[in-house]
Amino acid sequence: MPAKQKRADRTPDAPVRLAVRKTYKLFVGGKFPRSESGRSYPVQGADGGFLANAALASRKDVRDAVQAARKAFGGWSGATAYNRGQILYRIAEMLEGRRAQFADEVAAGTGEPTAAALSTVDAAIDRWVWYAGWADKYAQVLGNANPVAGPYFNLSSPEPTGVVGIVAPAEPLLALVSVVAPAIVTGNTVVVLASERHPLPAITLAEVLATSDLPGGVVNLLTGSAAETAPWLAGHADVNALDLAGVADAGQAAELERLAAENLKRVVRPAADDWRAEPGLGRLAAFVETKTVWHPRGV
Amino acid sequence: MAFEYAPAPESRSVVDIRPEYGLFIDGAFVAAVDGEPMKTVDPASEEVLAEVAQAGPADVDKAVAAARRAYEKVWGRMPGAERAKYLFRIARIVQERARELAVLESIDNGKPIRESRDVDIPLVAAHFFYYAGWADKLAYAGFGTTPLGVAAQVIPWNFPLLMLAWKIAPALAAGNTVVLKPAETTPLTALVFAEICQQADLPPGVVNIVTGAGDTGRTLVEHAGVDKVAFTGSTEVGRQIARSVAGTSKRVTLELGGKAANIVFDDAALDQAVEGIVNGIFFNQGHVCCAGSRLLVQESVADEVLDRLKRRMATLRVGDPLDKNTDVGAINSAEQLARIRTLAGIGEEEGAERWSAPCVLPERGFWFAPTIFTGVTQAHRIAREEIFGPVLSVLTFRTPAEAIEKANNTPYGLSAGIWTEKGSRILWAAERLRAGVVWANTFNKFDPTSPFGGFKESGYGREGGRQGLEAYLAG
Repeated sequence: MPAKQKRADRTPDAPVRLAVRKTYKLFVGGKFPRSESGRSYPVQGADGGFLANAALASRKDVRDAVQAARKAFGGWSGATAYNRGQILYRIAEMLEGRRAQFADEVAAGTGEPTAAALSTVDAAIDRWVWYAGWADKYAQVLGNANPVAGPYFNLSSPEPTGVVGIVAPAEPLLALVSVVAPAIVTGNTVVVLASERHPLPAITLAEVLATSDLPGGVVNLLTGSAAETAPWLAGHADVNALDLAGVADAGQAAELERLAAENLKRVVRPAADDWRAEPGLGRLAAFVETKTVWHPRGV
Repeated sequence: MAFEYAPAPESRSVVDIRPEYGLFIDGAFVAAVDGEPMKTVDPASEEVLAEVAQAGPADVDKAVAAARRAYEKVWGRMPGAERAKYLFRIARIVQERARELAVLESIDNGKPIRESRDVDIPLVAAHFFYYAGWADKLAYAGFGTTPLGVAAQVIPWNFPLLMLAWKIAPALAAGNTVVLKPAETTPLTALVFAEICQQADLPPGVVNIVTGAGDTGRTLVEHAGVDKVAFTGSTEVGRQIARSVAGTSKRVTLELGGKAANIVFDDAALDQAVEGIVNGIFFNQGHVCCAGSRLLVQESVADEVLDRLKRRMATLRVGDPLDKNTDVGAINSAEQLARIRTLAGIGEEEGAERWSAPCVLPERGFWFAPTIFTGVTQAHRIAREEIFGPVLSVLTFRTPAEAIEKANNTPYGLSAGIWTEKGSRILWAAERLRAGVVWANTFNKFDPTSPFGGFKESGYGREGGRQGLEAYLAG
């Protein structure tokens, strides 16, 4: 057999089997396109070694992502709370099944021991579960009936803001989940600029999202230089809100906030967030709008 | 059939307008450090009512410093139950002086006495009464109990004292102190409110009122010593404010413009709908950010609705704001009148058909007859831009989905109206309308317990209700 012969002829150092590497691409509209610009950048591990090439997203990719997010908004915001909760829980299930892979990827990027990386992954899984449970509860906590002084029924309920642009924190996975989950659980759709330093777990997370019944376009994930793409996101007229969690430079945060003012985006400024702590409702509440409906009472 | 009415003017004797007013800083009326005073006029007669100080940077400094002192030394550390009692006192004094405030509001603003007497001033008292009760119950509201500090508040001229109440009542209840700038053309009731603070023995510096024009507002909003900015007014100024606070730690709430759709479905109770359309756009001369300025009427009933609407509009009484029979008062300023005229002219130029209610307008003062435009398309400027006057743009639709699509086709998202007798359709439409307030089979209703504020470019944050506290608490 020729194969047998080849094995016999191999040099002593060649591997038994050459690994199939993954091409890391963007995640837009439920698909995994390369950057329209054709650009990529090398991602390094904690030791400075080469891990992979990641897509270097462009302005056009931002626009495509916003378009996909807007297209998905009607369906996702119109889904029942139960359905959204089920899907977020499904994301946790899919993530759980790939714990080891995520731990390896996180550890490769951060250089931390596998046990520490696993604990990050576990916290990220638990965060999805936590937010999944909020899907059919936050409206009861943030909304209420209003006892107006007249013969009217009057009810205030939180509604999703729309398309939310997110500059994800530098830390991998847990921080990313902690900014994406609160935005989408209420029915928003998002465009996320992933951590430039740790894009690989972000794209692998996109694979989880793509297999969790999350409709395409609800989460769109771009890798590359947030310093380059964030201004396009902040200034985009079809983006309704902006989470600047991952913007470390105060001057850049101010500039993005100024750009966001053009169409009066709601802006969450960068803060010293402890991603391990229980999140509270702040981030979820930042991207909902109170809608108040009046109707006369009468016979 | 035309009814003749004898004039029924409300007496002016209950108000005592001083020839000049200073700024209210640290519990006392003081002269401005520098700068020329400005004049406030009665828009129904163009008569100068008083000269009012214009606060410059030095005055704003003083006011912010007074507010800071009051916050740190008195108000911020006062038990909520005690703050509550001050606010209850203020609510009571507003009720006691209600007629005076209503007449003064109508004189300075031009709005009909029927509205200032029955809507504005009662809501002012109710707003203070409502938030007074929250002052010692903040822990139950869900936004923490820590105030922000000094709030800079800038309000518009359309509901002068009511907007003051919307700003000051929740701020004080949460433990903040305020520096408020009333609108340039309507400062007088805010200055009476300053007197009310004195009568209530409110500690000096808790409320400071700095009068002036846009520059004063900008100085106040951009002042490094304020922790919170609350603004009601145009989307353009709102944008500037959002830009100016970028990179600071100031918290901001903005209540901006609107271009609300008032949707009439074919099964609506048409007479009620017509009343709602009239109330939606002609209430307060259409000087209402949440005015139902776009009528979307289902094609099959459009002619019928327009006939009834015109008949109803012909009965509107336009004129003396102090006449108790007046439905539509004076346009607030020459500047606003010019803007309304310009946009109405553009409506004609762009091909829409104009119809105004037949009415005789007084010779002096600023007036605009209630007007509708038919044959309006979504591309027309009168369908896209806020006119802020008694001008209604009429569009039609065939299917409910088209109505929603057109209603949401605007950068604004403050309010919307739905008229139909079918409950499921109301809830279907209310769910899809991207607006902060949806009135179904009613319009332009307000209540202190009911949150108010916009989606999209109509601003962010809510005023009123439990949600209204969020703007003034650190979380």
